[in-house]
Formats: sequence, structure tokens, C-alpha cells
Amino acid sequence: MDTPAILVTVGGLALAGFVLWYFFFSARQTASAVSSSGGVQEVAITVKGGYSPDVIEVERGKPVQLSFYRDEENSCSEELLMPDFSIRRDLPAFKTTLVELLPKEAGTFTFTCGMGMLRGSLVVK
Amino acid sequence: MEPATKTETLDIEGMTCASCASFVEKSLSRTPGVQRAMVNFATEKATVDYVPTQASPATLKEAVINAGYGVVERAPDTSAAERSAEIDCQKALAYQKLKRRFWVAVGLAVIIMPLSMLMLWPAMMARVNMQWLNYSLLLLTLPVLLYSGREFYVSAWNGFKHRAANMDTLIAVGTGAAFLYSLAATVVPGFFTSRGLMPEVYYDTTATIIALILLGKVLELRAKTQTSAAMRSLIGLQAKTACVVRPDGAEVDVPIEQVQLGDLVVVRPGEKVATDGLITEGSSALDEAMLTGESLPVQKQVGDPVFGATLNKTGSFRFRVTKVGADTMLSQIVKLVEDAQGSRAPIQRLADKVSAIFVPTVVVIAILTFVIWFDLAPAGTRLPLALVNFVAVLIIACPCALGLATPTAIMVSTGKGAEHGVLVRNAEALEKAYQVNTVLLDKTGTITKGEPAVTDFWTLPGQEAAQLLPVVAAVERQSEHPLAEAVVRHADAQGAASLTATGFRAVEGKGAAATVNGQAVLIGNRRLLADEGVSLSPTLITQAEQLLSQAKTVLYIAVAGQAVGLVGVADTVRDTSAAAIRKLQALGIEVVMMTGDNPETAAQVAGQVGITRYFAEVLPQDKAGKVKELQGEGRTVAMVGDGINDAPALAQADIGLAIGSGTDVAMEAAGITLMRSDLNGVVTAIELSRQTIRTIKQNLFFAFIYNTLGIPVAAGLLYPFFGILLSPMLAAGAMALSSVSVLTNSLRLRSFDNH
Repeated sequence: MDTPAILVTVGGLALAGFVLWYFFFSARQTASAVSSSGGVQEVAITVKGGYSPDVIEVERGKPVQLSFYRDEENSCSEELLMPDFSIRRDLPAFKTTLVELLPKEAGTFTFTCGMGMLRGSLVVK
Repeated sequence: MEPATKTETLDIEGMTCASCASFVEKSLSRTPGVQRAMVNFATEKATVDYVPTQASPATLKEAVINAGYGVVERAPDTSAAERSAEIDCQKALAYQKLKRRFWVAVGLAVIIMPLSMLMLWPAMMARVNMQWLNYSLLLLTLPVLLYSGREFYVSAWNGFKHRAANMDTLIAVGTGAAFLYSLAATVVPGFFTSRGLMPEVYYDTTATIIALILLGKVLELRAKTQTSAAMRSLIGLQAKTACVVRPDGAEVDVPIEQVQLGDLVVVRPGEKVATDGLITEGSSALDEAMLTGESLPVQKQVGDPVFGATLNKTGSFRFRVTKVGADTMLSQIVKLVEDAQGSRAPIQRLADKVSAIFVPTVVVIAILTFVIWFDLAPAGTRLPLALVNFVAVLIIACPCALGLATPTAIMVSTGKGAEHGVLVRNAEALEKAYQVNTVLLDKTGTITKGEPAVTDFWTLPGQEAAQLLPVVAAVERQSEHPLAEAVVRHADAQGAASLTATGFRAVEGKGAAATVNGQAVLIGNRRLLADEGVSLSPTLITQAEQLLSQAKTVLYIAVAGQAVGLVGVADTVRDTSAAAIRKLQALGIEVVMMTGDNPETAAQVAGQVGITRYFAEVLPQDKAGKVKELQGEGRTVAMVGDGINDAPALAQADIGLAIGSGTDVAMEAAGITLMRSDLNGVVTAIELSRQTIRTIKQNLFFAFIYNTLGIPVAAGLLYPFFGILLSPMLAAGAMALSSVSVLTNSLRLRSFDNH
């Protein structure tokens, strides 16, 4: 193995390791819902290449209102799916879409884009 | 003038019992300005009529909170039609933009491709200045990259910041790598030549990949809009205006949003019914196909319900509005279909798991491909080979097909189902219906019309039927049993005299007793007479057996301790039942019948419709047990029923089908609701589910096979054995086709038609 090959091998393996760590093991942005005066748990989420925040903590048994603001035109994020709550919603670009639900059971429920690539989760405590 | 009132619907939360509902109702009623408050515990909704000058939604909410309960906030109330129109408009704009980007990419790629090919002719190579050619190609490629492909890079970067990787990441990294390599070869060719490498450029690869991916996106978007076509046409059915009769008798056309509960609405021939209500005047034939899938018009008269979006054919009538907005049948159907389209089919789970880890995994595979090619290929070609294979792996590994496989099929089939009057609650129900091998039918109301009618009124010689009928009717008038109602209807139709019965006594499961004209009268089954010590004459027994053999229910009549006559009651089989059951059997499904009737009647009806296995004398509370019994035999059971007493059995079955728009309870317990009261809906539901699941399986197979074969080939696995390498451009073409083929396959469901 010559020097370039050694460099490429080491660099490649390091890069692969970084990709795995970055996408699977690095810390996520978590947010807890804020309860309004009416007892509704409200969370604002920005959609731009992903969901921020992408981990949302809410309490069980209280209504939740998620307001999704889609800050891009990219077609990947135009649909929102929350299969555990039977919700499929179109998110118009540069607009806020409200999604209401009542989490009756504790657990972690994934929400994704139409093809399941962009992901976030609703953690019900 | 009295101030106008407004109606507000609040979603109440926290109610645990009916008394909670009355607390909320009281609190709301006491609020100043509220004229009427109604709280429905089951639907968790409060409907409040109030004077807007004295009360507001905020004060109503306060009243609910003061009572100790909560109000669920709802999105600003835009109608489904408006919302869908706005989204459609946005989508159309996005489609136009995408097409423009695509054509720019195609236009430039068409020039870039032949220019790149020049290099393949040695004669040409000698005449053309390589340096100049590369710079020209660079200039031509830049617009493709910066205009047509911009979205991929922006999206990949946004995704990267969120630790999310999608198909744009793959395309951006792939085309980006090819472009950057080419850029270096163009700007500093000396760096390559000094190391014994040809300064090759891949502008054609970059431009063609972007053009092909955009082609895939254009086709995909076009196909995707078709998946929700059925749904949009359903929403579009809603009437825009209603002709309301004002208290002074004037008829005014008003927008549908202004129609209120209790309004009187006029419907003329050829008009759409604006909303749900009850006919108060006139009669007509209505085409309800949009709700039930049944194309024959339904005759309606005073007292009959009418539904919004149905079409008035012949007569003119007026109806009183009972439901508006989100509570109407059409809105409920739209909501149900929307919910089903948002649900997940269990079959999708594997695809979901794969999608979640797909892109980062592919990036890692691509990096490793690069490293291995670089390390193992001959020194002179290792960099270009490593690069080409790296790009090919990234480009071929599109997860789109995987992501689209299930949801698009569910979208098309649930919409299609609604067109046929088959409402699927969720994707799981559709998947369950596919596995069904046994259909359990409740006889009454499902196979039969569910309305017993008197077919025979037989008296012993010496007895006058005309005299006996009023006596029997007098007893039955006080009973609430469906058979008693049939006798009363028969007596009324015959114009029998009205007599009074005293001392009425219902004997559960047997019949009824009372005194008419001073004589004790018994009417009921054979057991009732036996228990009361009445003996039956041989003639009567023979006659009863004859009626029983015709699948009729026999009511025995005794007056003053003497059996004097018989009533034959039958619930006639629906015209469509036998054919539908034959179709189910042809699908390889065993059809079993269940009834509360005696074995003779059960056998008769079963024979009439071609069923060989049946359960007779099943008490309502035992219905769920029969479902369990069949499940115990290892069968996957679909239960078809129509009434409240079927709800436990519908819930126990692997899949419950509530027939004939049924009761809310039955609908709640069922996975599938059939809007039409005949068994053909069951056939449609099962055929639809079979086609849908078959489509999903094909889609998943295509998607998985494509990726599992595509990635290793792109990585160059075949090269050591057969010298085969996958060109990144071919990979791009294949990728564009993969999601389009999955979508096209799902769209085939649109041609579903059940005969």
C-alpha cells in the first residue's frame, strides 16, 4: 500500500465512523411542551431539512397542539405523518399548520415525512 | 328584533361519565348570553347556541373550565374544501417550478452529453483543445447545478444540520463529488497529469443525473396527485349554497357555511342536498351513490333522513337541518378516509425500520466502496474508478420506492373504497381483511332485510281470522318485540278493529300474555304455550311444521287456554344475498351464518343462500363467543353485522364489518363500514383488501430487490468476475424509474371495480 492508499483508507474509515456517529449516536434536540392557560400543551416545530426540535416531550392525557412551520419548499418535507394518531397532513411551504392530538398512552411515537426519511418523536410521559 | 344567535361546538375533555356531561351543560347554560347548551358525553362535544353580543367562545371556554373540565383547542375553522383547494394551488405551483428546472437540466444535458462524447473519437481529440472544451462543459453544467439541482444541495445541507439524511443527501453528495472532481481536473489538470492520471471530467454524469432525478420527481409528483384524486372528488361533492326558507316564508340562497341547525331548506329537482336533515314536506327519489356506492335512487318521504351531497332526482321537498359542517355524513366519511390514509399498515413496519437507517448506511457503504476501489484498482485508474463507483452507489440507493410502497397503495385504495361505499377505518383493517378465510354473517338485517313481516295468519277450523286478528294485535301493540311490530303492521294493513288489552305481561324469550275482551290471550313460541299448560292439536302441529319448513317463525295463539291459530312471520332474504355469498365462496372463503332463530328456520335460510354451516339459537350475548369459537379453530374471522348487539362480536372478530351505515356503536367497533345494506359490500371490501395488499407486496418486493441488487452492482461487486460496472447515469435512470414504477403500480388500484 502506498501513501495515498493509506491516507484514503484512514480518511475513509474516519469519515464512515463520523457519519455513523453523527446520524445515529449524537445528542438530539429535545423540547418539552409548554402548557397554555387552557391546559393545552403547545409546541412550535420548524420544518427545514428535518424537525427542530425533533424530540418533543408531552404529558399523557392532556391535549397537545403541535404547530409545524415549514420553512422551505423542498418537496421531501411537504407531508407529515403521525401513524400512531392516524394523522396525515400536508404542510404548505412557509405556513404554519396546526396538528392536534390527545396522547392517551405513554410511549414514544414517531412522526415522519411522507417517505419516512425525516424523523422526529413525540415522547409521552 | 331578536338578536341573531351563533352556534359553537366545543371539544370537551376530562368527562368520565354522563353526570360530568350534565355538569358542563349546567355551567354552560348558566353563562349569560347562552340560549341553549347540549353536551354529548359519547362524542365529547358541546353544542352551544349563544348571543354573540353577550357571550363569546372565550367565555364559553371559561364556563367549561369553571366546571372543572377542559376545552380542546381546534385549528381555525377552514372547511376541508378550502384547505384542499389552497394546498392544491400550492402543489400546482411547485409542479410548474419543478418542470421548469427539469427542462433546463434536460436542455443543457442534451448539449453536454455529445460534447463529452467527443473525447471518445481520437481524431476529434487531436483537433479540439481539451482545456477549452472542459471549461465550456463547466460553464454549461453550472446552471444545471445551481438552478436545476439547487434544491438537492440546500435540502441536503438543511438535513445535515438536523442530523437527518434523505434522498437529497445521496444525490447532493454523489453529484457534488463528481462535479468537484471534474472542477479540479479542469482548473488544475497538471496536478493529475504529474501523478500519471488522465484529468477526466464527469460533467455529463453530473448534468444527466440531475436531469434524470428531476424526471423521476416530475413523474412522481404527477402520479402522487392522482393517488388522492378520489378523496378530492369526495370533498368536492359538497354543495356550495342552500336555499333556506326564512320565517316569513321567503326562500333565500345562502352560502353553505351560513346554514344553521334547525333551518328549513328547500331542494328542487336536480339539485344537490345541502346538508343532513329530515324531510318535513314533499317526497322524492334521491341518488345517494356518492355516499353508499349504490346507483339506484332511493325513495324518500316525510320523516326520512337526507344527506348532504346526495342528488335530488325527481320531486321537490323541504327538510329541517339536523347536522351542519363537520357533523354531516359526508364530513364524517371524509374524516374517516383521511384518518385511514394517515394510519400505518403493519406490513410497512420493516420498510419503516429500513428507511430510518437507510441513507447514513448507504453513505458509509459508498465511502467503503471508494476506499476499496482506491486501494485495489491499478494505480493509473484507481481515482476515477473509485469515484465513479462511489457516485453510482449513492445514486442508485434511492429509498423513495421503499417509502412510497405502502402509503400510496393505501391512499388509492381507501379513496376507491369510499367511492364504492366501503369505509376503511385504518390500514391495519385493510391488512386484516386480506387474511380473512371465514366470514361470519349475522342473519337478520345482513342476509335478510332485517324486517320481519307476517306471511301467514292461520286459524283452526271454526275460528274466524278476521275476529282473531284484532285480539292478537291488541296484545302485540303493547309489546316492543320486532315480531310483535310485524303483527301490528299486518293488522293495521288489514284494517283490523282496535281493541284494548289489559294486564299485559312480556315473557322474555317466549312471547306475551294479556287479557282482551275478558279472555286470557297468549301469543308466543311453543314453549310459552307449554309452560302455560296449553296443549296443541295435531292439525295445528302439522300446520306449524309446514310453516317452519318454509323458514318461517311461528307464533302460536291461545285464547282462554285453547290453542286457536298460528302466525307465520318471515324475514325475507335480500335479493343480492345469495349471489354475494356465492362470490365470497368463489374467493375461497367459508361463509358461516349465525342467528337467534331456531335450527329449522336457520337451515331454511342457509339453504336458500347456499350456506352449509350455521349457528342457530345464538343469544345476543353469545355472538362474540361464536366468533371466538371459530377463531379457536384457527380461522381468521370477519364478522358482518348491523346492530348494537353485534358490537361485541364485531370487536372480537379479526375484522368487523358494520353493514348498512349501521348504528354509531357498530361503526365504532368495526374496522370497515359498509354504507350500503347488502352483502356485495363485503365482497368489495375483501377484494379491495386483497388487491391492495397484493399491490403493497409487489411494491415492497420491487423496492427491496432493487436496492439489495442495485447497491452491490453499483459498488462493483460484479467487476472482478464479469467486468461489469454500473454507470452512474444508468443508476440515476434506474432510480428515477423505481419510484415511478411503484407509484404506477399503486395507481393500478384506481381501476379496481367490483362486479
